[in-house]
Amino acid sequence: MTAWLVRRLVASVAIVFAVVTFVFILIHAAPGEPCIGQTGEIPDPVVCAELKQQFGLDQPLPVQYWRYLVALAHGNLGYSFSHHRWVRDDLADTIPFTLQLAGAALLLDFLLGLGLGIYQAGRVNRVPDVLLGNATLFIYSLPTFWLALILLLVFAEKLGLFPVGGPNDPILCPVVDSLYCVADRIWHLALPATTLGLVGAAGTARFQRAAMLEVATQDYVRTARAKGVPERRVVLRHQLRNALLSFITRFGLAFPFLLTGAVLIETIFAWPGMGRLAAEAILARDYSVVTATALIASTVVVLGNLLADILLGVADPRLRVRHGSDADVVTA
Amino acid sequence: MTLGSWLALVVALVLAAEIVRAMRQRALQRERWRRFFRHRTTAWGLGILAFLVIVAIAAPLVTPFDPSAQPDIVHLKNRPPSWTFILGTDVFSRDVWSRIVYGARVSLGIGALGALVAVSLGTLVGAVAGYYRRWVDAVLMRSVDVGLALPRIFILLMAVALWDGLPFATLALVIGLTSWFGTSRLVRAEVLSLRERDFVVAARALGANTSRVIFRHVLPNAAAPIIVSAALGVGNVLLLEASLSFLGMGVAPPAPSWGNMIADGATSLYTAPWTTLFPGLAIALVVMSLNAVADGLRDALDPHEEPA
Repeated sequence: MTAWLVRRLVASVAIVFAVVTFVFILIHAAPGEPCIGQTGEIPDPVVCAELKQQFGLDQPLPVQYWRYLVALAHGNLGYSFSHHRWVRDDLADTIPFTLQLAGAALLLDFLLGLGLGIYQAGRVNRVPDVLLGNATLFIYSLPTFWLALILLLVFAEKLGLFPVGGPNDPILCPVVDSLYCVADRIWHLALPATTLGLVGAAGTARFQRAAMLEVATQDYVRTARAKGVPERRVVLRHQLRNALLSFITRFGLAFPFLLTGAVLIETIFAWPGMGRLAAEAILARDYSVVTATALIASTVVVLGNLLADILLGVADPRLRVRHGSDADVVTA
Repeated sequence: MTLGSWLALVVALVLAAEIVRAMRQRALQRERWRRFFRHRTTAWGLGILAFLVIVAIAAPLVTPFDPSAQPDIVHLKNRPPSWTFILGTDVFSRDVWSRIVYGARVSLGIGALGALVAVSLGTLVGAVAGYYRRWVDAVLMRSVDVGLALPRIFILLMAVALWDGLPFATLALVIGLTSWFGTSRLVRAEVLSLRERDFVVAARALGANTSRVIFRHVLPNAAAPIIVSAALGVGNVLLLEASLSFLGMGVAPPAPSWGNMIADGATSLYTAPWTTLFPGLAIALVVMSLNAVADGLRDALDPHEEPA
């Protein structure tokens, strides 16, 4: 187990390193000047050249890459040209917002999705299952950014139930420092989190229904029924526990969505998270912000997979990796 | 809408229904394809896709206006749906229905092309990795690991930023190039188990060369996951194209794509919601149909359900 874990960690670091390198090359290959400000004004060429020299952007790319890696090894993510501050501070400001949004969305996704999937599996091909099946198929197919616009139109503009955007009330709650402001944050979170969570829940429900049905034909489920185990116990103890195994993998795959899946939603709801930061940085050619967000996003993907594999091993003894065996067994 | 376009639309509907009916009739003769039509949603999905493809091909016949014509930008902008403009007009007084129909060409085209690129590449890489194993497999699959760890929307935004105003085909290619990683893993797993089967060993023993073994013996037996991921891939590429266009980085105006129509509409969301509503519904309809067809295909091609 330890040897396997070490190997996986080394592989994970290698993957993140490759992603950072790839992104570094790609963003530097893009045309455009990093010293053009956010508003698009073109500064004095002399000033621009000075700035470039100051940040080492006049050096050849391999030199810049090497310097970036050295800085990274010292834990320095670089300096943002467009925000005129350290990337570390940019990230520290945005990541909490993304985590709140993604956390709320995933909570809705998993609770609603699992519930619906289990409910449907118990009533296969009966009216509630068919109706819910069609509904989840439809919602699962919606473009999230479009759903965001529609929810915005209906619940914020027409009905006035929720705010149209932003993370909090700028006058009453500029910082979250009281119970009222926590409620205010949740109120602002409602629409974006519902958008992401609803589409996710529809996918989870479809997935979980199929997983439950796959387990339903297994011998041990039939045996349990034959022994006269109550139906409720068969579903919850025999079917669900085994169907949750495949859910663990899905849980690991949901991690990247925590940070990148929300780019458009964060833009639409003016939510100051990392997805929006990254999208703006790409447009502004803010090299260090782009590579830093890619670094974090890929780290989360890799850690999500690793976590899912470890959890699978804990939950399912059949999949526990034997000492020295190939790590691919669990990732297949 | 003119009488002519209504008529053409009815013809398209009848034609789509007829296609589905004919396919169903033929399907009833074989067990496997009977399973394909087991769910009613699959037939509906197929019908909707057939209808949209017909309409996209016959775009000039079913649309009363030119998609980029701006008949009267002062008096006819943001008009709600009416008999003349059945889905209303947008902020430039363009007919939303006509733009959706012409947008179908762009969006469906990019979806199909992108998925074709993604599935071909994924199949090729997966087959090579699974067949040759050893270091080839290791190198390819580690690259796939990296590909799956890439934040895809960021990569696409950067890749698209490399060029100004990308042609449709290139856009489809770029999206396809970032969408093949999952397919290659599926195909590799399939090939790994197929390559040890007797008929493959026999083909090799008979002296068939490697490409013949892979393309004639191995891949046809791995068709099920490939076909299903192709169906899902079209929807995925279409959604990505829409997201990119929504951010203003995809299909460049004035050419209509469903994504950039939503982006245009979003600026007048509160005053003219129909300009946002309908293109989004079109995307949802296509993706839903593709998902339904993929469900049916999965049922039809599932080896577990093969009759004994």
